[in-house]
Amino acid sequence: MERVPAPLRCFSEWHSSEKFTDDGVETVTSVEQRKVERSIQEVISVYKQIHSLPQPTLLRDQHYQYLKKGLRHLSDAYACLDASRPWLCYWILHSLELLEEHVPTSIASDVCKFLARCQSPTGGFAGGPGQAAHLAPTYAAVNALCIIGTQEAYNVIDREKLLSFLFSVKQPDGSFVMHIGGEVDVRSTYCAASVASLTNIMTPTLFQDTPTWIVSCQNWEGGLGGVPGLEAHGGYTFCGTAAMVILGKEHMLDLKTLLRWVASRQMRFEGGFQGRCNKLVDGCYSFWQAGLLPLLHRALFKEGDSTLSLQKWMFEQQALQEYILLCCQNTAGGLLDKPGKSRDFYHTCYCLSGLSVAQHFGNMDLHHELIVGREENRLAPSHPVYNICPEKVAQAIQHFHQLSVPVPAQKEGSSA
Amino acid sequence: MRGGARKGLKRSPRLTMKTRSVICFTALPSLSPSRLCSYKRDRQEWADLEPVPQDDGPNPVVKIAYSDKFTDVYDYFRALLKNDEKSDRAFTLTAEAIELNAANYTVWHYRRVLLQALEKDLREEMRYITAIIEDQPKNYQVWHHRRMVVEWLNDPSEELEFIAEILSQDAKNYHAWQHRQWVLKEYKLWDSELEYVEQLLEEDVRNNSAWNQRHYVISHTTGYSDPAILNREVQYSLKQIKKAPHNESVWNYLKGILQDRGLSSHPGLLEQILELKETHCSPYLLGFLVDIYEDSLENTLGDQEEVLSKALELCELLAQEKDTIRREYWSYVGRSLQTKYCSSDPSTTSSAPETDRGSASVSVHQETTCNS
Repeated sequence: MERVPAPLRCFSEWHSSEKFTDDGVETVTSVEQRKVERSIQEVISVYKQIHSLPQPTLLRDQHYQYLKKGLRHLSDAYACLDASRPWLCYWILHSLELLEEHVPTSIASDVCKFLARCQSPTGGFAGGPGQAAHLAPTYAAVNALCIIGTQEAYNVIDREKLLSFLFSVKQPDGSFVMHIGGEVDVRSTYCAASVASLTNIMTPTLFQDTPTWIVSCQNWEGGLGGVPGLEAHGGYTFCGTAAMVILGKEHMLDLKTLLRWVASRQMRFEGGFQGRCNKLVDGCYSFWQAGLLPLLHRALFKEGDSTLSLQKWMFEQQALQEYILLCCQNTAGGLLDKPGKSRDFYHTCYCLSGLSVAQHFGNMDLHHELIVGREENRLAPSHPVYNICPEKVAQAIQHFHQLSVPVPAQKEGSSA
Repeated sequence: MRGGARKGLKRSPRLTMKTRSVICFTALPSLSPSRLCSYKRDRQEWADLEPVPQDDGPNPVVKIAYSDKFTDVYDYFRALLKNDEKSDRAFTLTAEAIELNAANYTVWHYRRVLLQALEKDLREEMRYITAIIEDQPKNYQVWHHRRMVVEWLNDPSEELEFIAEILSQDAKNYHAWQHRQWVLKEYKLWDSELEYVEQLLEEDVRNNSAWNQRHYVISHTTGYSDPAILNREVQYSLKQIKKAPHNESVWNYLKGILQDRGLSSHPGLLEQILELKETHCSPYLLGFLVDIYEDSLENTLGDQEEVLSKALELCELLAQEKDTIRREYWSYVGRSLQTKYCSSDPSTTSSAPETDRGSASVSVHQETTCNS
């Protein structure tokens, strides 16, 4: 059925007036911003010329081929991610599940076997076979296994050792280092909380003082920095907030200033999100930033807020979808940061995740969809805390809650 | 977001083994390739060690097409790790492994173990890490390694200058700022930092990292409790606003330093902002006014009905005209204010979020104040 496509926000006559105002004071920031706006304008103009009827299209087949290949083979350009191979598994599997593309049983099983080789004998997962355990690939591996969701996948995880790994990276002040001898920042709390809650290994002391530490990362801007004192940043803000939601302590954050900060990160001209104030738009923040709004919506709802919308998140969903569809797709498959940048699996994952957030509004029993472009652009909904499909979250939690919480063999350690 | 991995395909491709052997052959045909292009597997010095190939299993996934050089170096790294060998050749190999993938945190950890076990010259290590960071300033491991070496030496004397050099290339490098904040706090080197921040703001008043650093320095030194300091900062901010009214950072800073004390409590501020509205208006100024009005309502200052009406009018203006990208947000703020501060029975006012098209319907009901 041919339906008249809804007008695009970026085609409207006033869109141009949303460009950056530099007040006649040129600085590096304003120069860079205007360069990006020019390139976005170019994309929009070209699109207008080619398409008489604006019907932005998600290049499903191309993305599928790119992902399918990458799950098996990667070029030598990926040597720089040799310590992040579980991430590659997660980025690709999650992208495929959003596209509702089935992963054959044999490949799924191969992923399980590979991730088993990435598991450290002392617990947790490493960036590759033979490497040391690290919270980031641990997060990615557990998520990837939950996406696969078979018994084989669940059985890969050594829960006892995982718990002892988490204790081994726990710090007295409530924070976690990313790996033994490694750095502290708020990502680690999210990684730890995510895997612990999914695999049902949370003990009373594991996250002691963690909420207080995360709160100390919230700064004068309203967002969160990587460690206390640092500039508010989308990636860290997502990690800290999602961790607090998992720990049930989101009300300890100043939700109002956090909401103001993240809402202000959407770029009025580009439609996508920036990671920090006065920096450039980037497709991956479609998830890290926009993904905060479902979390905040739920947190405010829990607090008894009766003025929340029943249909929309508190960001411009249409504008974000337009940015992703028009500016972040590589015609050969894969998604990216902004026009002119190369595609990669990280951006493919987070652009698609952000597109899903922008398409689906859900609040308990409510589900409201807003699909920009063809209906075929519709992606599967994603769980706003774990960023894997909600069914997979439910299934994993159901499975692991049948098992008892392991007894911690050791107390929290402090690492050099 | 930088993840334990980031996208990171930005680096220039390394010379492959093939390319290097071609260069070797053509440049110096008399020397055999193995002397110049040294595969460990071809060298005498490594003959005693059995390389350990990567154990990806029979049906690998996300299999990377490593260069021959990469495979060679890492096969030997794995062998050293397996034997827990603590030797100079191991130390040298870690540098090669790092060059091939500076994000391999396992190699960095091993290098640190060797630095201590072999009692290596830490000054030389500082020179090494300085060069690596210059080349790859957006990598987690390199900055963490530098921090460890500085801690072992207990010598921060090069840090502020080094970080400033990195920031001169990218004034917003998050890792650089993180390292800088650690150095300042750990070694109490606050004396010249505010001056440095002001220099950066001179160069780019929109540098949000610099504004954050300003807050960091003042918070850790004088604090904002002293009215003289607070006023100085307010005046500084207003001065920057007048220069570039559409700079979001300065507006956020102004709000940030006043919000704990209450925006409406700062004498004369509202008047100054209303004055600026005539000549230096921006969506940020309007948002700031909403914040001042909200704070007044919170502290029941002034004519509540009038303040609420002004606040709602601004939310409407922002949602419909001045800041439409944040339409849903400003509509929510308006509804929240109305619900919270409506003097009459809330059920007589329309605070339903939307009926058909979001804020369009809300604006119809939101006249000036609540129906009383």
